[in-house]
Amino acid sequence: MPAGRIEWRRRPTALLREQEREIHMRCQTAVRSVALVGAIGLALAACGGGGVAAPVLDDSPPEATAYAGPVGQGEGALSVLAWPGYAEDGSTDRAVDWVTPFEQATGCQVTVKTFPTSAEAVQLFSTGEYDVISASGDASLRLVYGDRVQPVNTDLVPNYADILPDLKNKPWNTVGGKSYGIPHGRGANLLLYNLATHPTPPTSWSDMWETGSPAAGKISPYDDAIYIADAAVYLMAKRPELGITNPYALDQTQFDAAIALLQQQKAMAGEYWGDVVKQGQGLASGSLMEAQGWQLTANLANTGATSVGTTKPVEGATGWSDTWMIKKNTPHINCAYQWLNHIVSPEANAQVAEYFGEAPANPKSCALTKNPDHCAQYHAEDTGFWDNVYYWTTPIEQCIDGRRNVECIGYDDWVKAWSKLRSS
Amino acid sequence: MSVDTTLTPGRRVQALLHRRPALRLTGLLTPALVWLGLFYLVPLALLLATAFFDTNSFTGRITYGFSAKNVVDVLTTPAYLLTAARTVGAAAGVTALCVLLALPLATYMALVARERSRPILLALVLTPLWASYLVKVYAWRILLAPEGGLLGGASPGYGWFAVVLTLTYLWLPYMVLPVYAGISSMRGSYLEAAADLGARPWQAFRSVVMPMLAPAIAAGSVFTFSLSIGDYITVQLVGGTKQMLGNLVYANFSTDLPFAAAVALLPLLVMAAYLITIRRTGALSRL
Repeated sequence: MPAGRIEWRRRPTALLREQEREIHMRCQTAVRSVALVGAIGLALAACGGGGVAAPVLDDSPPEATAYAGPVGQGEGALSVLAWPGYAEDGSTDRAVDWVTPFEQATGCQVTVKTFPTSAEAVQLFSTGEYDVISASGDASLRLVYGDRVQPVNTDLVPNYADILPDLKNKPWNTVGGKSYGIPHGRGANLLLYNLATHPTPPTSWSDMWETGSPAAGKISPYDDAIYIADAAVYLMAKRPELGITNPYALDQTQFDAAIALLQQQKAMAGEYWGDVVKQGQGLASGSLMEAQGWQLTANLANTGATSVGTTKPVEGATGWSDTWMIKKNTPHINCAYQWLNHIVSPEANAQVAEYFGEAPANPKSCALTKNPDHCAQYHAEDTGFWDNVYYWTTPIEQCIDGRRNVECIGYDDWVKAWSKLRSS
Repeated sequence: MSVDTTLTPGRRVQALLHRRPALRLTGLLTPALVWLGLFYLVPLALLLATAFFDTNSFTGRITYGFSAKNVVDVLTTPAYLLTAARTVGAAAGVTALCVLLALPLATYMALVARERSRPILLALVLTPLWASYLVKVYAWRILLAPEGGLLGGASPGYGWFAVVLTLTYLWLPYMVLPVYAGISSMRGSYLEAAADLGARPWQAFRSVVMPMLAPAIAAGSVFTFSLSIGDYITVQLVGGTKQMLGNLVYANFSTDLPFAAAVALLPLLVMAAYLITIRRTGALSRL
């Protein structure tokens, strides 16, 4: 199903956009200063006119060049924005620490901030406070087109050479032939189930979607707009006539079918999940029977007795493939490159993959995991396993499956539809 | 005009303030007004303004142009209005339940209990406020768990009932306090007079006690109602799949701040309407 290289239609709109940007900036300043004295109305009137967002996606990404190098002495500080568990400095657990060795080796003092969702990651990174970020596919392109990150010169990251080719040059980390980051690791959103109520392991998502499910009332879907893609993955198998080939490229008909399926599921849902601990407890106690979730959740729930099973159903699954990216114009460019190289080094990559519960990007790390079977259990090098895992990608109006005769539903409409679904 | 040089600077300021009442008033009001303006009115104005901006959906950048799209969207989409209605319903339920529980409790504390035990009872009512909000809600989550919970099969499960129950537990002290104060300030002689004039207990309650307590109840309801309408964590923990207005704001603020601001106008409107209604009862002057 490869999404294919996205061909960005180039338009001679650069000048126009520049002007628009300038007007917006002026208004922005005006609004800020005027707001302080409370006369918002005036500012609004001055900035009036159509406020409809331009469809950025037809535009080429903002001009940017990668750091030429060489990577020299660090600047002494680095601010990291990461998924929880990706940049551990021993403050969560003394034994879990791959930040301190980096600090000692490079002299870059690291501060870490974590985020719970991709949406929040983009919002936080937009403040400009952070030098590097671990971005999932549903955040990376938004950062590239939002002009928040810079291309990465992979020649300056020695460990990049070892990374699985399966993860390189993908639409979520490479735009216009330029690499925007270093792949870090991947995982699949699995079907989690309560073992006591499932004597035989389930093989299909059907009990989470179809009416009359034995799990009705005890189903736990993910509480985020990106979950619409999970419905699309199921529809790919169940209703081939819809012609879905990529769950992130849905035209109106396909999107409506996915929403209808989610409505059907909502009547049977017990709790939408956002917290791995809460969900794990529910599955272990039996108040939840089936859920979409992470291997990490099952690992956490199974520390005592084994009560939660996981499987990747026959229909396939959504998943994530994360990328470390660098802020545009960061003052800590040398520290940033050193961090990128460190975090995908066999030692650090092994620790992260094992602690978080995902497949590492650097196969050399497989020899260093505490559990010698970690890479096998997480299918790190088993490329066949990932064939029907659809990594989180930002849905855009230009269909990313290559179709040009229809328009697809963009990310903001996914979020709106999700809000409506959850509120209905 | 000659100035008496024997006066100390402090005295001179005093004299000046005495001569100029306008200056006196300005000095007294400025700190409060600056506080109110900077930390309340300006953010409120910014919220209002933000609701009329737009977002570039993909990059998440706000575009600073006037657009009523979000506000119209919020006010015309049945799903959002339904959520608003449910939120108001839950808040009203919490308030009603709090009144039902607080009335007998406060009456007992103020009129029946011995004088010496009143402070102890009052302290007991207030102790839950010392515990962390999250700890209390998680306790209710465990208590109400549909499977393996403490209530077992008797549990109502997660949903609106659980939300109302939990919020009632959380906000009850805010209702008990004003009602207790209201009953305490009521003179026992009124009840005696009512009895002398032949009123049955129920009639005395209806025509003497209730009219005097109404402002106290209204004051308590401002707390229980507004705290409930803004809550979004309890419903996440014990609401199952249910959502309140706060969840809608929370789910959208990171991707689409203007839309979240537009949603946030709904509880603002409800609270404004509520406060105006309450003001008529005179409760606000008794707070």
